[in-house]
Amino acid sequence: MESTTALVLNAVIAGLLLGGFYAAVSVGVSISFGMLDVVNIAHPAFIILGSYAAYIVNDRLGVDPIVASLVLSPLFFLLGMAIYRVYYLCFERRGQESLRGLAFFFGILFITEVALILVFGVDYRLARAAYSETTWRLGPVDFPLRLVVPFLVSLAMVIGIEAFLTHTFFGRAVLAVAQDALALRLMGVDTLRVKERAFALSIATAGVAGAFLVVIQPVQPAIGREYIGLVFAVCVLGGMGSIRGTLAGAFILGLAESFTSTFAGPSWAPAVSFGILLATLAFRPSGLFGR
Amino acid sequence: MSNRAFAALALAVAAALIAASTLVTNDYFFSAAYTVLQFVVLATAWNVLGGYAGYVNFGSAAFFAVGAYSSIFLYKWAHPPLVVMIVVGTLAAALLGLAVGYLTLRLRGVFFAIATLALAVMLFTFVVNWDYVGGARGAYILQPRELPFGLKRYIHVLYGAMVLMAAVALVVARTIETSAIGRGLAAIRDDEMAAECAGVPTLRLKIFAAAVSGGLMGMAGTTFPYYLSYVEPSAAFNLSYAVNSIAMPLIGGMMTWPGPLIGALLLGTVQQLVQVTVSSEWNLLIVGALLVLFVTIAPSGIMGWVAAWKRRKKK
Repeated sequence: MESTTALVLNAVIAGLLLGGFYAAVSVGVSISFGMLDVVNIAHPAFIILGSYAAYIVNDRLGVDPIVASLVLSPLFFLLGMAIYRVYYLCFERRGQESLRGLAFFFGILFITEVALILVFGVDYRLARAAYSETTWRLGPVDFPLRLVVPFLVSLAMVIGIEAFLTHTFFGRAVLAVAQDALALRLMGVDTLRVKERAFALSIATAGVAGAFLVVIQPVQPAIGREYIGLVFAVCVLGGMGSIRGTLAGAFILGLAESFTSTFAGPSWAPAVSFGILLATLAFRPSGLFGR
Repeated sequence: MSNRAFAALALAVAAALIAASTLVTNDYFFSAAYTVLQFVVLATAWNVLGGYAGYVNFGSAAFFAVGAYSSIFLYKWAHPPLVVMIVVGTLAAALLGLAVGYLTLRLRGVFFAIATLALAVMLFTFVVNWDYVGGARGAYILQPRELPFGLKRYIHVLYGAMVLMAAVALVVARTIETSAIGRGLAAIRDDEMAAECAGVPTLRLKIFAAAVSGGLMGMAGTTFPYYLSYVEPSAAFNLSYAVNSIAMPLIGGMMTWPGPLIGALLLGTVQQLVQVTVSSEWNLLIVGALLVLFVTIAPSGIMGWVAAWKRRKKK
């Protein structure tokens, strides 16, 4: 009985730590898909790109991967701006985003993955941080720092984004675009610019989340796909475009996956997010905290 | 041309292709032709839902793998003839299309796309954990010794089957395209709300198209285990099937049945050449790059150019 309690406790802690990381992974999709209505299914590809960027800086210069990703995030911001430009010019402006825009992002996802395979091969890479090997123990419960540090930085990032969106002028403009872009245009706001910056922000978060990923587990170009179901499951479960909902959804997903790994085997974990996604779409498509 | 005449023509062409292949002695030809024709089936199948109704399916690999794994299951279980495997695999994949369509097509179209994308990951997990069909280790399938019609090697049988499947897929796609169903789907593609208001049973049509499309993709997968002799989950669930079955109709043109056919023949052949001369990774990069290039610069594909050229000639 004793060991079962420890097992459950460990699963809960691991789930919460994982959930914090999932919040960082999904917050970008909450912005792009939930608020801007840009269905960026290539988001996981940018996460993996962030993983490799952090890995290279860490490997060559010995800089902490998460610090490296924060320094590199302006580059991801610029990349996001460029991609949104193309997306807007080719699809959104012509009202073709539903089919061709999706295919476009799918192509980007695929190209990124194959290009990374061509450059780095399919070997698993893991970034080394000063805290990678350390684990704090509190009674029977483990707190591996390689999960705790991303968890804390991730929470800070997500809460920071929520505060930015609700308390600054630009952030409120983004929320307004999410509510009614036409009304905003009529008031003389350049919605294109707002959307471009907001989308760029979402890609920047992907870059940082990628650094978390490469600290937490070894990364290989093709694992990005496993996160597609996850990010959209979190986003839909939490309610479209709600950052708090995303946080809650991420913790639910983290706990669900952690319990599945503990009690049914880790090989079943990838199916969890899809199951939750499908169930949410079928029974409560507006999500738990939907508007 | 009436549907019946088209079906007869397609079957005649298929028979001619099979007959002509008896003159070919190079075995590589059969393997290459099998792959290209498999893409014809996949692209045509994708286009039934994606091109006609405008709903993107990213899960081609999942449907393909359902066909492949239903064959493996039947092989392990009862060793039925190939025809039985093809029929069962097609039905299983159609059922999957029906189920996913029913659950997600009632919502915004994008949810269907996301669900199909995640579907591949989930079914992959399921198959990896299912030991009866080989699990993560994969499954060995022995090609039957006795060959029908006095053929020399089993790849000839598979080639013949794939030619027929391509013909069936094209006939089904064209029949849908020219029927009331096709017009209903086109109405959904152009303006779903208006179609609904005009009395088009949009949900039923979408689910029907999802089932047909999924079934045809599964059909293409049913002979895959015999083709490879050894199937591991990552081979059957390869993302390149999803990319190819989207890229081919987009490059060929999505509005009509010749589009996916042209796209598949063109892109399939190019890939065979690149795979032999360069490498399979570059080959995938080319497909992805062509997909992005066509979708941004030439959204109507090759058939779009043809249509524009015809219009100019009329003037």
